[in-house]
Amino acid sequence: MTASKHPGSGSPGPLGDTGEVRVENTGTYPLVRPPVIEAHDVWKTYRNGSLEVDALRGVSFEIRSGEYVAVMGPSGSGKSTLMHILGCLDVPTSGSFFLAGEDVSAMSEEELAHVRNRRIGFVFQQFNLLASMSAWRNVELPLLYAGVERAERKRRALEALERVGLDSRVDHRPGELSGGQQQRVAMARALVTDPDLILADEPTGNLDSVSADDIIGLLADLHRSGRTVVLITHDADVAEAGGRTMRIRDGQLLEGEPAGSGAVGR
Amino acid sequence: MNVLETFRTGLEAVVSHRLRSALTVLGIMIGITAVILTVGLGEGAQQQVSSQISALGSNLLTVTPGSTTSSEGIRGGFGSASTLTVGDATALSSRVVAPDINAVAPATTVSDSLVAGTTNWTTTVVGTDPSWLTVRGRSMTEGRFIADHDLATRADVVVLGATTAQELFGFRDPVGQTVDVAGQPMSVIGVLNTVGSSSSSSSTSSNPDDQAIVPLTTASALLFGGSSRNSVSQILVQATSAGTLSAAYQEADAELLSLHGITTAASADFTITSEQQVLSTATSVDKTLTVLLGGVAGISLLVGGIGVMNIMLVSVTERIREIGLRKALGATPRVIRRQFLVEASVLGSVGGILGAGLGLLGAAILPHFISDKITISPVATVGAIVIAIGIGIAFGVYPASRAARLAPIDALRSE
Repeated sequence: MTASKHPGSGSPGPLGDTGEVRVENTGTYPLVRPPVIEAHDVWKTYRNGSLEVDALRGVSFEIRSGEYVAVMGPSGSGKSTLMHILGCLDVPTSGSFFLAGEDVSAMSEEELAHVRNRRIGFVFQQFNLLASMSAWRNVELPLLYAGVERAERKRRALEALERVGLDSRVDHRPGELSGGQQQRVAMARALVTDPDLILADEPTGNLDSVSADDIIGLLADLHRSGRTVVLITHDADVAEAGGRTMRIRDGQLLEGEPAGSGAVGR
Repeated sequence: MNVLETFRTGLEAVVSHRLRSALTVLGIMIGITAVILTVGLGEGAQQQVSSQISALGSNLLTVTPGSTTSSEGIRGGFGSASTLTVGDATALSSRVVAPDINAVAPATTVSDSLVAGTTNWTTTVVGTDPSWLTVRGRSMTEGRFIADHDLATRADVVVLGATTAQELFGFRDPVGQTVDVAGQPMSVIGVLNTVGSSSSSSSTSSNPDDQAIVPLTTASALLFGGSSRNSVSQILVQATSAGTLSAAYQEADAELLSLHGITTAASADFTITSEQQVLSTATSVDKTLTVLLGGVAGISLLVGGIGVMNIMLVSVTERIREIGLRKALGATPRVIRRQFLVEASVLGSVGGILGAGLGLLGAAILPHFISDKITISPVATVGAIVIAIGIGIAFGVYPASRAARLAPIDALRSE
């Protein structure tokens, strides 16, 4: 990736090499929706001493490009584990998992880092900003690891901060920002690489309701501009923002229910 | 990510964590300074001790007349017999007979009073020959020592010790002045160097700076009147080195026995005393100091190293979340390792340079406040820097490298 593309501009994204076409979402029903994520019979087993815990028990699903999916479930249901596997932060114990057509379970550590860098933008509950760096320096980090030039990094970081409405706070450190502002910095960091998939893990969990609405609004904006968004939450109100809700319980997926205005016909 | 970016990232991490970086640098710095100063103090002490020991003249043998091992129960007073002669000294100085003997000086001593004008001073008067200067390891601060022609002509000349000259002449230049030795006017031709009373050897003279040296022939004729004018009260023998001292002892013993026509060593009419005891004490002191020094340096390095290790371990451990985040954002394990390598190298080098600087500064300043000498040991200095930086890098990179291998989510979750 050498130049930034305005999200949803209709130009071929990083998926161009697979022959797929990203289609601008005009708010009406989309045309072709190739799957961004395909999971088949994914198991994740944690071993704690002699105790084995199956966090995921044979999960299969598809998420198509441009979808806004909310993953809902009580704590301990395996939704965080699912998110870690979706984000390539962890690998499944068995089963196959394709991200943008590529088999993640067969990837080396280096390739996984590459995929995380180019294809995924993370928003964490804990913000996970580096306290010693200013807002724009935090935002430019993924570009640093993508090998983007310094001047270009700054330009794109400032652009991303402007999108989340923080252009007046670019030189502030996380400690000088409110929780909502910090999460917006994290949002800017997630979208600065123009990723295929934005993964938000309980992004509103540590925020007051006003800031939470802000973040949900931003995610909806991103979705409207053509991003694939996966939102993990235990909050039914937050989940309503998604076009489709996947319910998870005891490591297994309940029936996916299409809901809301952004629903995608399957 | 290219090398320049990696370097910049590492450097920025160092600069942005000012307190932690400062503490790390301080830890490395103190470790290195401690090693340089403790080793320097130890080496300084060792040098001081060995120089004091060598000033004792540890390769010196003293031959005195009269047996101290008589089985008859009767023995003369120390040096009372007149069995040693100038001839004995000449024989011992032969390179063929005694190859391990460097120089020989016959000497006869007596306590006498010296008079210069109205000043009277009682001191030790030594009659000897020019080799005395070599054997005793002395030098002249002024004038000249007695020479062969002084002996041949029985010249009335005297060389004074520094204290003696001071007592007799005060601040006047003694050379060229006349002093009465046992009533005989003699002209002062030189003044010996000052060695200090601490360097006093086991000779009859208690203070090597307070004595008067006259030619042996002059002394025999005018002052001493021994049973034979050729007899001397001691022969000083200098071995070629401390290592050949016992060989020189054997040679002198055998030669004197044969010269005196004595067949059994038990009935020898002379005694040879060496500084062997001093020498063995000196050797053991030297060994003790070496062991002490090694221990102190080792412990300082260990303590410094552990300090550096702890700081690096703690500083990396508290950054495992940061490592997890960087990995989540796309950093490969290699990039993480390189960043921490840069950080540890920068901290290690800065700490190393500051530590070496502080150590050298301390070594230059401290001796003005304490009486001890500090000797900079290049080996210890370089070793301390290399080890401190090495430990800093090892314990900076190793835990970071382990954290970089964790699944990003495990690193992110760590507290």
